[in-house]
Amino acid sequence: MPHDHHDHDDGSHLDDMTARVMALEKLLTDKGLVDPAALDRILDTYETQVGPRNGAEVVARAWTDPDFARWLEQDATAAIHSMGFGGRQGEHLTALFNTPERHNMVVCTLCSCYPWSVLGLPPVWYKSMPYRSRAVSEPRAVLAEFGLTLPEGTAIRVWDSTAEMRYLVIPMRPAGTEGWTAEKLVPLVTRDSMIGTGLALVPDTTGPDAEGQAA
Amino acid sequence: MTAPDLAIPGTEGAEPHFFAPWQVKAFALTVALHEAGLFAWTEWAEALSARIGGAPLPQRDTPEDHATRYYLDWLGALEDLLAAKGLAEADMIGDMALTWQRAARATPHGTPIVYETGQE
Repeated sequence: MPHDHHDHDDGSHLDDMTARVMALEKLLTDKGLVDPAALDRILDTYETQVGPRNGAEVVARAWTDPDFARWLEQDATAAIHSMGFGGRQGEHLTALFNTPERHNMVVCTLCSCYPWSVLGLPPVWYKSMPYRSRAVSEPRAVLAEFGLTLPEGTAIRVWDSTAEMRYLVIPMRPAGTEGWTAEKLVPLVTRDSMIGTGLALVPDTTGPDAEGQAA
Repeated sequence: MTAPDLAIPGTEGAEPHFFAPWQVKAFALTVALHEAGLFAWTEWAEALSARIGGAPLPQRDTPEDHATRYYLDWLGALEDLLAAKGLAEADMIGDMALTWQRAARATPHGTPIVYETGQE
């Protein structure tokens, strides 16, 4: 016996946010402002092709190639572009080199600017209000939540990203990696170490298990 | 500022970037419109900042709660920017969203939802 009207049980339910985004997509594609194929390409790029491995390759090269490290320090935008990692939002990049005296840490207090071209999509915590509001006011407490306690003699400098300027932290090269090639060093460079909420892994902790943590 | 109420979500694991398909689509639409030259990324950052800046501090939410909050602001910022540029009117978006919801209610599970089904 068919119903004389459809209800939620036999029809599908679209939540408000889903319906609103579908409306926006239809409106913009109907107007010719967005190409549906471009949407798929963008997602493919950010979900599979761009990720923190790009940044890790930059860091590992800086650790093994002093000329490249100098270039990175002077003009990170150009040095990183030379490796094929372009900023799609047209932003400039600055490389922040950690030293025993100074640890660099990156936040975007206003929204969530992030060096997508080298790190992929930002993690949830980076976009969250607690990180954005506390990174500047109490960086040591924030780092402790990431399990990172720095020596008291190490100063912490927090850098606030903007749409025009984004930062890539170059963590210190771990001890015990003398003579390693850049390729071998790449897995030691975690995403968090390039935001400044972690350090590069030390060789003992690498291996099949540690790679999961670095992802 | 009390730390327990403001714990940073998801510091330990590899959380997904998106927790729902609408978040993925809102992200991709924004990047596509930027790449099509309809707005500068600085304009986008200003629109997003304006939305996020007004958000109340969260309680101890899950990473999914944070992602939802963030992408709600994201979508709101996108609508703000499109309205300011005269590219998409809020009323029309609202009407079309209702049409999609009517179309969904009239479409059995497992069948593709067609926009026209929801038109009155």
